[in-house]
Amino acid sequence: MDALIPILLTIVTAATPLVLAGIGELLVERAGVLNLGVEGMMIMGAVAGFGAAFVTGSPYLGILASIAAGMAMALLFGFLTLTLATNQTATGLAITLLGLGLSGLIGKPFTGQPITRLPNWDGIDILVVFSFLLAGAVSWFLFRSRAGLIVRAVGDNHTSAHTLGYPVIRVRYLAVLFGGACAGLAGGYLSLSYTPQWIEGMTAGKGWIALALVVFASWRPWRLLAGAYLFGAISILAFTVQTFALGIPSQLLSALPYIVTIVALVIISRNRLMLRANTPACLGRPFVPDR
Amino acid sequence: MLILERRVERARLWMWASPVLALVLTIIAGGIIFALAGVDPLHGLYTYFISPLMDGWDREKLIAKAAPLVLIGVGLAVCYTANVWNIGAEGQFVAGALLAGLVPVYFSGWQDASVMAVMLLLGVLGGLLWAMIPAALRVRFHANEILTSLMLVYVVRLAYDWAVRGPLRDPHAMNFPKTVRFDGWQVLPAWGEIHLGAFFALVAALVLYVVMVKMLKGFELRALGSSPRAARFAGFSEHRAVYFVFAVSGALAGLAGACDVMGVSRQLQAPYEPNYGFVAIIVAFLGRLNPIGVIFAGLLLALSYMGGEAAKVSLGVSDNIAKVFQGILLFFILACDTLILYRIRWQGRG
Repeated sequence: MDALIPILLTIVTAATPLVLAGIGELLVERAGVLNLGVEGMMIMGAVAGFGAAFVTGSPYLGILASIAAGMAMALLFGFLTLTLATNQTATGLAITLLGLGLSGLIGKPFTGQPITRLPNWDGIDILVVFSFLLAGAVSWFLFRSRAGLIVRAVGDNHTSAHTLGYPVIRVRYLAVLFGGACAGLAGGYLSLSYTPQWIEGMTAGKGWIALALVVFASWRPWRLLAGAYLFGAISILAFTVQTFALGIPSQLLSALPYIVTIVALVIISRNRLMLRANTPACLGRPFVPDR
Repeated sequence: MLILERRVERARLWMWASPVLALVLTIIAGGIIFALAGVDPLHGLYTYFISPLMDGWDREKLIAKAAPLVLIGVGLAVCYTANVWNIGAEGQFVAGALLAGLVPVYFSGWQDASVMAVMLLLGVLGGLLWAMIPAALRVRFHANEILTSLMLVYVVRLAYDWAVRGPLRDPHAMNFPKTVRFDGWQVLPAWGEIHLGAFFALVAALVLYVVMVKMLKGFELRALGSSPRAARFAGFSEHRAVYFVFAVSGALAGLAGACDVMGVSRQLQAPYEPNYGFVAIIVAFLGRLNPIGVIFAGLLLALSYMGGEAAKVSLGVSDNIAKVFQGILLFFILACDTLILYRIRWQGRG
């Protein structure tokens, strides 16, 4: 039992960035917007959070900076996809490419520098606790509140929502900003708590895994939480196996999270009816009101 | 508030003016970034965009760099036209490089024209097979190809890393993660810096131009991309199209990978992350998803690589500035493309 608790704690810390970014993206997709820029928003959050903590000495200001950076990238994404009605897939890719480059440029002086790590109690810090609250809050918001119903209406049929007088574009802007804040926060968790240092490209595809988790969870917050923990468990299992040195190449174990993601996507996507019933019907479709 | 007004028909002028406007805006943004980095903007822009073109040797290098971008970019242009989102070309590129590199490691004595052909074909095969995975997963299980093709980039990068540090490593390389150097017929013929890959890129672009513009297949892919429902009524198979575009783009990315290791590095070495597969996404869009347009876009993005190196060497700016310029360029292209379908008006509230 005593050996189990540290393992459980490492699973929690490995899952937390996925929960944070995944829940944010889940709400964005519920509003009908496909944001493939999660990875870029996340890494900008990581570098901004680290930079702010390094300059001011406060990891809490770091958290605020990572949220702000995620939201700034989200605003850019929103301006293109919502105001200018650009292709969401391509724009998301642009955000990711830009985020990876810009974070490398900004982060150059921070490489190898130390910061004050976010305080934690045996690995549990405020962001871990917050990730649970976030999942609960978003679940309640989407399925128990009137505003959440409007968000889902906008995501399922933007034309009808518009006809009923709901401000489709404004709802989507708010959702995208919320998603950006969550992705930035997830990045901040990586650079302020998980590995408290700045490494170029440190998100290593976690933003993309969060995107896959949203599909895996069929757009339901509690399932996303469960999926993220399952995922965390598998990646930690890989590291544990590695320490026993069974002659398995380390690269194979590092590849495991990506392979698991593919397998999970395949399993969940096979059942097309179930998936179609849950997918926001207007996901990825730009909305331009007729005037 | 900005509002969009739908045009009656696509604006042909903006179809080609938009990338030019995007380029101008990127240069302006680039000047601002240089100023923020403490470099005189004009000097910075000159170093980045003009100085790499000044002597003949650099111009050869530009064409050599453009070759993989055009090879991958034309394949992706075909994919995106059909509304199929292969974003894992980087992985297919590495798979092609890895498979081609097996030959010199295991058959170092094989020295005649056939070895070159076999290596190039293995490169094509590597990219093709790696691209078939996301295609099959989409057709058979409806798994989102964006996510699967991207995940496979990480997987193949790790497989490559394992191979080059393990079984393929040259035992005489002092523990450096490198294979033996390719030799003789295992190296692509080159004219200065320009290797045979540039020729393949040109041929691929011309062939795909004919396929997309003059042949039924091109019409089928465009139909499936722009109105899948109508295309299905016309009897076009979506499944076949998904396999087709993944096969084409994967094979070309694999060929580009084989050409890169046979023509430039002339051995496999780790780490190997040239990012051509991701930059080629920008190339495809900048080239209007048109194979001929992709040639020009490839040259421009090749310039951005070289500008990044020049900025690093003579201005002391991180070469990440190249990625920033590439990202910003894609943004401006997408934003300016709005003008093709819409008029943009400013309207006060109320």
